[in-house]
Amino acid sequence: MIGLYHYLGLAAVLFAIAIAGIFINRKNMVLLLMCIELMLLAVNFNFIAFSRFSGDIGGQIFVFFILTVAAAEAAVGLAILVVLFRNRHSINVQEINRLKG
Amino acid sequence: MTSSVIIYQALFYLFAGALVLSALRVITVKNPVHAALFLVLAFVNAAFLWVQMGAEFLGIILVLVYVGAVMVLFLFVVMMLDINTATMREGVTRYAPLGLIIAGVIVAEVAWAIWGQHLGIANAPHPAAPPAHISNTEELGQVLYTHYVYAFEVAAVILLLGIVSAIALALRWRPDTKHQDPARQVRVRSTEGRIRLVDLRNEREGGEQ
Repeated sequence: MIGLYHYLGLAAVLFAIAIAGIFINRKNMVLLLMCIELMLLAVNFNFIAFSRFSGDIGGQIFVFFILTVAAAEAAVGLAILVVLFRNRHSINVQEINRLKG
Repeated sequence: MTSSVIIYQALFYLFAGALVLSALRVITVKNPVHAALFLVLAFVNAAFLWVQMGAEFLGIILVLVYVGAVMVLFLFVVMMLDINTATMREGVTRYAPLGLIIAGVIVAEVAWAIWGQHLGIANAPHPAAPPAHISNTEELGQVLYTHYVYAFEVAAVILLLGIVSAIALALRWRPDTKHQDPARQVRVRSTEGRIRLVDLRNEREGGEQ
Protein backbone atom coordinates (compact mmCIF):
# COMPACT_ATOMS: atom_id res chain seq x y z
CA MET A 1 0.00 0.00 0.00
CA ILE A 2 1.17 3.53 -0.66
CA GLY A 3 2.34 4.98 2.63
CA LEU A 4 3.20 8.41 3.89
CA TYR A 5 6.86 7.96 3.04
CA HIS A 6 6.06 7.42 -0.64
CA TYR A 7 4.55 10.86 -0.86
CA LEU A 8 7.29 12.47 1.23
CA GLY A 9 9.98 10.83 -0.90
CA LEU A 10 8.29 12.00 -4.08
CA ALA A 11 8.13 15.54 -2.71
CA ALA A 12 11.81 15.40 -1.71
CA VAL A 13 12.82 14.27 -5.20
CA LEU A 14 10.72 17.04 -6.74
CA PHE A 15 12.26 19.64 -4.44
CA ALA A 16 15.78 18.41 -5.24
CA ILE A 17 15.04 18.59 -8.97
CA ALA A 18 13.94 22.20 -8.50
CA ILE A 19 17.13 23.01 -6.55
CA ALA A 20 19.27 21.42 -9.28
CA GLY A 21 17.29 23.42 -11.84
CA ILE A 22 18.16 26.65 -10.07
CA PHE A 23 21.85 25.71 -10.23
CA ILE A 24 21.70 24.59 -13.86
CA ASN A 25 19.63 27.47 -15.24
CA ARG A 26 21.21 30.17 -13.12
CA LYS A 27 21.19 32.68 -15.97
CA ASN A 28 17.64 32.41 -17.22
CA MET A 29 15.26 34.24 -14.93
CA VAL A 30 12.13 32.66 -16.44
CA LEU A 31 13.40 29.20 -15.62
CA LEU A 32 14.35 30.32 -12.13
CA LEU A 33 10.72 31.35 -11.56
CA MET A 34 9.54 28.00 -12.94
CA CYS A 35 11.86 26.19 -10.53
CA ILE A 36 10.39 28.17 -7.65
CA GLU A 37 6.93 27.01 -8.75
CA LEU A 38 8.18 23.42 -8.73
CA MET A 39 9.52 23.87 -5.20
CA LEU A 40 6.18 25.21 -4.01
CA LEU A 41 4.50 22.18 -5.60
CA ALA A 42 6.81 19.86 -3.66
CA VAL A 43 6.07 21.67 -0.40
CA ASN A 44 2.35 21.45 -1.09
CA PHE A 45 2.75 17.70 -1.60
CA ASN A 46 4.14 17.40 1.92
CA PHE A 47 1.30 19.45 3.37
CA ILE A 48 -1.38 17.37 1.66
CA ALA A 49 0.27 14.06 2.56
CA PHE A 50 0.54 15.00 6.23
CA SER A 51 -3.00 16.36 6.17
CA ARG A 52 -4.29 13.07 4.77
CA PHE A 53 -2.32 10.80 7.06
CA SER A 54 -2.98 12.73 10.24
CA GLY A 55 -6.63 13.30 9.42
CA ASP A 56 -6.40 17.05 9.87
CA ILE A 57 -7.91 19.32 7.21
CA GLY A 58 -5.69 22.24 8.29
CA GLY A 59 -2.88 21.12 5.99
CA GLN A 60 -5.13 21.47 2.97
CA ILE A 61 -6.16 24.95 4.12
CA PHE A 62 -2.48 25.83 4.25
CA VAL A 63 -1.99 24.59 0.69
CA PHE A 64 -4.91 26.78 -0.34
CA PHE A 65 -3.11 29.85 1.02
CA ILE A 66 0.22 28.80 -0.47
CA LEU A 67 -1.44 28.56 -3.88
CA THR A 68 -2.88 32.05 -3.42
CA VAL A 69 0.45 33.58 -2.47
CA ALA A 70 2.24 31.67 -5.25
CA ALA A 71 -0.16 33.02 -7.85
CA ALA A 72 0.41 36.58 -6.64
CA GLU A 73 4.15 35.95 -6.55
CA ALA A 74 4.18 34.65 -10.11
CA ALA A 75 2.24 37.68 -11.33
CA VAL A 76 4.55 40.17 -9.62
CA GLY A 77 7.67 38.24 -10.62
CA LEU A 78 6.67 38.13 -14.27
CA ALA A 79 5.78 41.84 -14.20
CA ILE A 80 9.25 42.60 -12.84
CA LEU A 81 10.69 40.37 -15.56
CA VAL A 82 8.83 42.27 -18.30
CA VAL A 83 10.01 45.63 -16.93
CA LEU A 84 13.56 44.30 -16.65
CA PHE A 85 13.53 43.08 -20.23
CA ARG A 86 12.12 46.40 -21.41
CA ASN A 87 14.96 48.30 -19.77
CA ARG A 88 17.90 45.95 -20.27
CA HIS A 89 16.85 43.86 -23.31
CA SER A 90 18.09 40.80 -21.46
CA ILE A 91 16.90 38.57 -18.65
CA ASN A 92 20.34 37.32 -17.79
CA VAL A 93 20.55 37.27 -14.01
CA GLN A 94 24.26 38.05 -14.08
CA GLU A 95 23.65 41.35 -15.82
CA ILE A 96 21.37 42.56 -13.05
CA ASN A 97 24.06 44.37 -11.13
CA ARG A 98 22.94 47.95 -11.29
CA LEU A 99 22.44 48.14 -7.53
CA LYS A 100 25.94 46.90 -6.86
CA GLY A 101 27.83 49.50 -4.84
CA MET B 1 -4.19 -7.73 -1.93
CA THR B 2 -7.29 -6.80 -3.84
CA SER B 3 -7.26 -5.57 -7.39
CA SER B 4 -8.34 -2.04 -6.41
CA VAL B 5 -5.24 -1.69 -4.24
CA ILE B 6 -3.06 -2.84 -7.14
CA ILE B 7 -4.70 -0.32 -9.46
CA TYR B 8 -4.22 2.40 -6.81
CA GLN B 9 -0.52 1.57 -6.54
CA ALA B 10 -0.04 1.32 -10.28
CA LEU B 11 -1.66 4.72 -10.80
CA PHE B 12 0.50 6.24 -8.08
CA TYR B 13 3.71 4.97 -9.66
CA LEU B 14 2.56 5.91 -13.16
CA PHE B 15 1.76 9.50 -12.26
CA ALA B 16 4.68 9.91 -9.86
CA GLY B 17 7.04 8.72 -12.57
CA ALA B 18 5.51 11.05 -15.12
CA LEU B 19 5.75 13.90 -12.58
CA VAL B 20 9.45 13.32 -11.91
CA LEU B 21 10.26 12.90 -15.61
CA SER B 22 8.42 16.06 -16.63
CA ALA B 23 10.09 17.99 -13.78
CA LEU B 24 13.45 16.77 -15.04
CA ARG B 25 12.56 17.93 -18.54
CA VAL B 26 11.59 21.35 -17.17
CA ILE B 27 15.09 21.98 -15.92
CA THR B 28 17.01 20.37 -18.79
CA VAL B 29 15.13 21.42 -21.91
CA LYS B 30 16.64 24.19 -24.02
CA ASN B 31 13.58 26.08 -25.15
CA PRO B 32 11.75 27.98 -22.38
CA VAL B 33 8.40 27.41 -24.11
CA HIS B 34 8.96 23.67 -23.90
CA ALA B 35 9.96 24.08 -20.25
CA ALA B 36 6.66 25.86 -19.54
CA LEU B 37 4.71 23.12 -21.30
CA PHE B 38 6.51 20.40 -19.34
CA LEU B 39 5.71 22.33 -16.18
CA VAL B 40 2.05 22.17 -17.19
CA LEU B 41 2.40 18.39 -17.55
CA ALA B 42 4.00 18.22 -14.10
CA PHE B 43 1.14 20.21 -12.56
CA VAL B 44 -1.49 17.97 -14.17
CA ASN B 45 0.24 14.86 -12.82
CA ALA B 46 0.51 16.45 -9.38
CA ALA B 47 -3.17 17.34 -9.51
CA PHE B 48 -4.03 13.70 -10.18
CA LEU B 49 -1.93 12.57 -7.22
CA TRP B 50 -3.64 15.12 -4.99
CA VAL B 51 -7.04 13.84 -6.06
CA GLN B 52 -5.82 10.33 -5.33
CA MET B 53 -4.87 11.46 -1.83
CA GLY B 54 -8.40 12.70 -1.28
CA ALA B 55 -7.74 16.42 -1.81
CA GLU B 56 -10.14 16.75 -4.73
CA PHE B 57 -10.76 20.45 -4.30
CA LEU B 58 -7.08 21.34 -4.27
CA GLY B 59 -6.39 19.12 -7.26
CA ILE B 60 -9.01 20.92 -9.30
CA ILE B 61 -7.77 24.29 -8.02
CA LEU B 62 -4.26 23.33 -9.09
CA VAL B 63 -5.44 22.65 -12.63
CA LEU B 64 -7.63 25.75 -12.77
CA VAL B 65 -5.27 28.26 -11.18
CA TYR B 66 -1.88 26.91 -12.22
CA VAL B 67 -2.47 25.29 -15.57
CA GLY B 68 -5.22 27.70 -16.50
CA ALA B 69 -3.82 31.00 -15.28
CA VAL B 70 -0.26 31.01 -14.02
CA MET B 71 1.24 28.85 -16.75
CA VAL B 72 -0.61 30.77 -19.45
CA LEU B 73 0.93 33.91 -17.95
CA PHE B 74 4.34 32.25 -18.10
CA LEU B 75 3.81 31.26 -21.72
CA PHE B 76 2.73 34.77 -22.65
CA VAL B 77 5.81 36.28 -21.03
CA VAL B 78 8.17 33.71 -22.54
CA MET B 79 6.75 34.31 -26.00
CA MET B 80 6.84 38.10 -25.60
CA LEU B 81 10.46 38.20 -24.54
CA ASP B 82 13.11 37.58 -27.13
CA ILE B 83 15.33 35.24 -25.19
CA ASN B 84 18.63 34.23 -26.66
CA THR B 85 18.74 30.62 -25.49
CA ALA B 86 22.33 30.14 -26.61
CA THR B 87 23.78 32.68 -24.17
CA MET B 88 21.35 31.47 -21.51
CA ARG B 89 22.77 27.97 -21.75
CA GLU B 90 26.36 29.05 -21.19
CA GLY B 91 28.00 27.42 -18.23
CA VAL B 92 25.38 24.68 -17.86
CA THR B 93 27.98 21.94 -17.86
CA ARG B 94 30.06 23.92 -15.39
CA TYR B 95 27.29 24.33 -12.84
CA ALA B 96 25.50 21.01 -13.35
CA PRO B 97 27.78 18.93 -11.06
CA LEU B 98 27.32 21.33 -8.15
CA GLY B 99 23.56 21.29 -8.65
CA LEU B 100 23.49 17.50 -8.79
CA ILE B 101 25.59 17.24 -5.62
CA ILE B 102 23.31 19.58 -3.69
CA ALA B 103 20.18 17.83 -5.00
CA GLY B 104 21.65 14.50 -3.93
CA VAL B 105 22.47 15.84 -0.48
CA ILE B 106 18.90 17.10 -0.06
CA VAL B 107 17.39 13.78 -1.15
CA ALA B 108 19.74 11.90 1.19
CA GLU B 109 18.87 14.14 4.13
CA VAL B 110 15.15 13.86 3.59
CA ALA B 111 15.41 10.10 3.04
CA TRP B 112 17.34 9.77 6.29
CA ALA B 113 14.64 11.75 8.06
CA ILE B 114 11.79 9.76 6.49
CA TRP B 115 13.14 6.24 6.72
CA GLY B 116 14.93 6.72 10.01
CA GLN B 117 13.12 5.56 13.09
CA HIS B 118 13.20 8.94 14.82
CA LEU B 119 10.02 10.32 13.38
CA GLY B 120 8.22 7.02 12.93
CA ILE B 121 7.05 7.96 9.48
CA ALA B 122 7.91 4.61 7.90
CA ASN B 123 5.40 2.84 10.10
CA ALA B 124 2.81 5.57 10.24
CA PRO B 125 -0.69 4.15 10.41
CA HIS B 126 -2.75 4.20 7.28
CA PRO B 127 -5.37 6.88 7.32
CA ALA B 128 -9.00 6.18 7.87
CA ALA B 129 -11.21 6.49 4.84
CA PRO B 130 -12.52 10.01 4.36
CA PRO B 131 -16.03 10.54 5.69
CA ALA B 132 -18.59 9.43 3.16
CA HIS B 133 -21.38 11.83 4.03
CA ILE B 134 -19.36 15.00 3.42
CA SER B 135 -17.29 15.98 0.42
CA ASN B 136 -13.76 17.35 0.56
CA THR B 137 -14.93 20.74 -0.67
CA GLU B 138 -17.56 20.96 2.04
CA GLU B 139 -15.06 19.88 4.64
CA LEU B 140 -12.65 22.63 3.55
CA GLY B 141 -15.38 25.24 3.45
CA GLN B 142 -16.56 24.45 6.94
CA VAL B 143 -13.22 25.45 8.45
CA LEU B 144 -12.16 28.02 5.87
CA TYR B 145 -15.04 30.38 6.56
CA THR B 146 -15.06 29.92 10.32
CA HIS B 147 -11.70 29.12 11.84
CA TYR B 148 -9.50 30.56 9.10
CA VAL B 149 -11.66 33.49 8.05
CA TYR B 150 -9.06 36.16 8.90
CA ALA B 151 -6.39 34.33 6.91
CA PHE B 152 -8.90 34.05 4.08
CA GLU B 153 -9.42 37.83 4.10
CA VAL B 154 -5.67 38.41 4.18
CA ALA B 155 -5.29 36.10 1.17
CA ALA B 156 -7.83 38.20 -0.70
CA VAL B 157 -5.87 41.36 0.14
CA ILE B 158 -2.66 39.70 -1.05
CA LEU B 159 -4.30 38.89 -4.37
CA LEU B 160 -5.47 42.49 -4.71
CA LEU B 161 -1.96 43.66 -3.91
CA GLY B 162 -0.62 41.31 -6.58
CA ILE B 163 -2.99 42.71 -9.20
CA VAL B 164 -2.23 46.33 -8.35
CA SER B 165 1.53 45.89 -8.18
CA ALA B 166 1.72 43.84 -11.38
CA ILE B 167 -0.26 46.46 -13.30
CA ALA B 168 1.70 49.32 -11.75
CA LEU B 169 4.98 47.66 -12.68
CA ALA B 170 4.17 46.70 -16.23
CA LEU B 171 2.08 49.71 -17.22
CA ARG B 172 3.88 51.97 -19.66
CA TRP B 173 2.79 55.54 -20.49
CA ARG B 174 3.79 56.29 -24.02
CA PRO B 175 3.32 59.95 -24.98
CA ASP B 176 3.23 59.26 -28.73
CA THR B 177 0.13 57.09 -28.68
CA LYS B 178 -3.35 58.56 -29.12
CA HIS B 179 -5.60 57.89 -26.19
CA GLN B 180 -8.68 59.36 -24.58
CA ASP B 181 -8.51 61.44 -21.45
CA PRO B 182 -11.75 60.70 -19.63
CA ALA B 183 -11.20 63.51 -17.12
CA ARG B 184 -11.09 66.11 -19.88
CA GLN B 185 -14.09 64.53 -21.57
CA VAL B 186 -16.14 64.83 -18.41
CA ARG B 187 -14.93 68.33 -17.59
CA VAL B 188 -15.89 69.89 -20.92
CA ARG B 189 -18.38 72.81 -20.98
CA SER B 190 -20.75 73.34 -23.87
CA THR B 191 -20.02 77.07 -23.94
CA GLU B 192 -16.29 76.75 -24.29
CA GLY B 193 -16.15 76.23 -27.96
CA ARG B 194 -16.83 72.57 -28.43
CA ILE B 195 -18.06 73.41 -31.92
CA ARG B 196 -15.84 75.34 -34.27
CA LEU B 197 -17.47 76.71 -37.41
CA VAL B 198 -15.19 76.95 -40.40
CA ASP B 199 -15.90 78.39 -43.79
CA LEU B 200 -14.89 75.94 -46.45
CA ARG B 201 -14.59 77.12 -49.99
CA ASN B 202 -14.93 74.95 -53.00
CA GLU B 203 -11.54 73.86 -54.16
CA ARG B 204 -12.53 73.35 -57.77
CA GLU B 205 -14.77 75.18 -60.12
CA GLY B 206 -18.15 73.54 -60.23
CA GLY B 207 -17.44 71.53 -57.17
CA GLU B 208 -21.15 70.88 -56.72
CA GLN B 209 -21.04 67.74 -58.83
